[in-house]
Amino acid sequence: MSEERAFTVSSFYEFVNEKRLMAAKCNKCGAVLLPPKPMCTHCLSTNLKWSELEGSGKLLSYTVIHVAPEQFQSLVPYIVGIVEFDRGLRLPGMIRDVDPKEIRVGMNLNIGFESSSSSKWPAWSRYFFRPI
Amino acid sequence: MASKPLVSIVSAGLSKFGRREGMLCRELFAEATQEAVNRCPNLNPIKDVEALFVGHMGESYEHQGHTGPTLADWTGLLPKPAIRIESACASSGSALRMGILAILSGLHNVVMVGGVEKMTHRTTAEVTEFLAMASDMPFEQWNGITFPGLYALMATAHMNKYGTTEEQMARVAVKNHHNGSLNPKAHMQQEITVEKAMESMKVAEPLKLYDCSLITDGASCLILTRPDIAKKFTDTPVQIVGSGQASDTIGLYERETLTSLKAAKLAGQEAYKMAGVSPKDLDVVEVHDCFTIAEILAYEDLGFCDIGKGGKLVEEGVTELGGRLPVNPSGGLKSKGHPVGATGTAQAYEIYLQLTGQAEKRQVEGAEMGLSHNVGGSGATASVHIYRRD
Repeated sequence: MSEERAFTVSSFYEFVNEKRLMAAKCNKCGAVLLPPKPMCTHCLSTNLKWSELEGSGKLLSYTVIHVAPEQFQSLVPYIVGIVEFDRGLRLPGMIRDVDPKEIRVGMNLNIGFESSSSSKWPAWSRYFFRPI
Repeated sequence: MASKPLVSIVSAGLSKFGRREGMLCRELFAEATQEAVNRCPNLNPIKDVEALFVGHMGESYEHQGHTGPTLADWTGLLPKPAIRIESACASSGSALRMGILAILSGLHNVVMVGGVEKMTHRTTAEVTEFLAMASDMPFEQWNGITFPGLYALMATAHMNKYGTTEEQMARVAVKNHHNGSLNPKAHMQQEITVEKAMESMKVAEPLKLYDCSLITDGASCLILTRPDIAKKFTDTPVQIVGSGQASDTIGLYERETLTSLKAAKLAGQEAYKMAGVSPKDLDVVEVHDCFTIAEILAYEDLGFCDIGKGGKLVEEGVTELGGRLPVNPSGGLKSKGHPVGATGTAQAYEIYLQLTGQAEKRQVEGAEMGLSHNVGGSGATASVHIYRRD
């Protein structure tokens, strides 16, 4: 009963674990919230429903990270970017399977999902982006 | 030009910025307050200062929370109310705003505002992690996006949209290092070249080491009073005539645009309106150059040039000392250093020196009107203050 999940970040990542990209949609004003929030930040309604997104979008901007916190140091250098989906919704994330020399603003990317086996909080599953 | 002052600055202090081994925040803050006290012999802080508002970003550095009373204790201000304000790198810009509100409310006549951070005893990886706490945890930090990474995303977008170049960004660094070389309290008092900046180590492309501000220890403070009693304490107060502050989404990805900080734009508009001035009235400015691209965005957000032309402005030398509008005469966060909690009131300290003719080798001759621009995180907080010589 995915539709009954609370409109929280944790629920968003539960969906990620199920390989689904889900946003909250306001039944009152129609705004779509990504990330989901417990109330519509446009009209303050709490009358929301889950809405599944396609998961393909365009790269708005990117960077190659060379200096990283401890947790990510083994991945250096890695690419992160901001991807824009339909209706102007956006998420930041890691971009895999692209040579840093090949990456460019405007390229088409697809979301990918990866389950988590970590026992440490927050133990969320991960999403990432890669070329179509 | 006849706008009524909100408050007066009657004194100001700044610790030496740099690697301050063996010092704790409380001792750095005491160093800053001692200068403010020495500058203002008519003020007895134990008797006159009624409250302390202090900006401080992270308890992780020293494993010390509850900063307000800690600093009040070390500076002789007990038992006055002492409150820590946290807005990431805009913490002391916010503390300044709170001090102004405290006086405007009528509750207090004289308050101290300031900020402090002690960072250099931690490893770069630790500092990178602590600073990233000012960004969105579940989507940005979770995906390994660092602080330089966020500004790198803005830089890539700005370069792509307006043709801004890495060399223009390097010129911001060269200018601010030159200014810092004239400031005895700056962390790095050393000139650099465009070539050196361009060849420096990659941090988050296109940002390189010399595009990034410094990890620094330091503290800053101001004494604010009701304007009508300022002359009791000094013959040369500086008036704060405009204060603006705004907020935006914690996540950069949720913003309307990646090429402008809306909160900074709104804070600037509020401050200009309150002061009854426009950008062309300004003589000297301190902006939040946590990364070189941030200074270019600040030029555009504050109306110093058209949108997309910030890179050109620095290239043309307009913002150098001796240019039409000198920006960051102190050396900025880039060369003076960026002890994050201390930065907002350290900018105000520089404007105070400039408007009272005490900035020595980096003095902007005849400066009468100044502005400071303090940004928290990737732009979720911004405050702008406008100052006038009395």
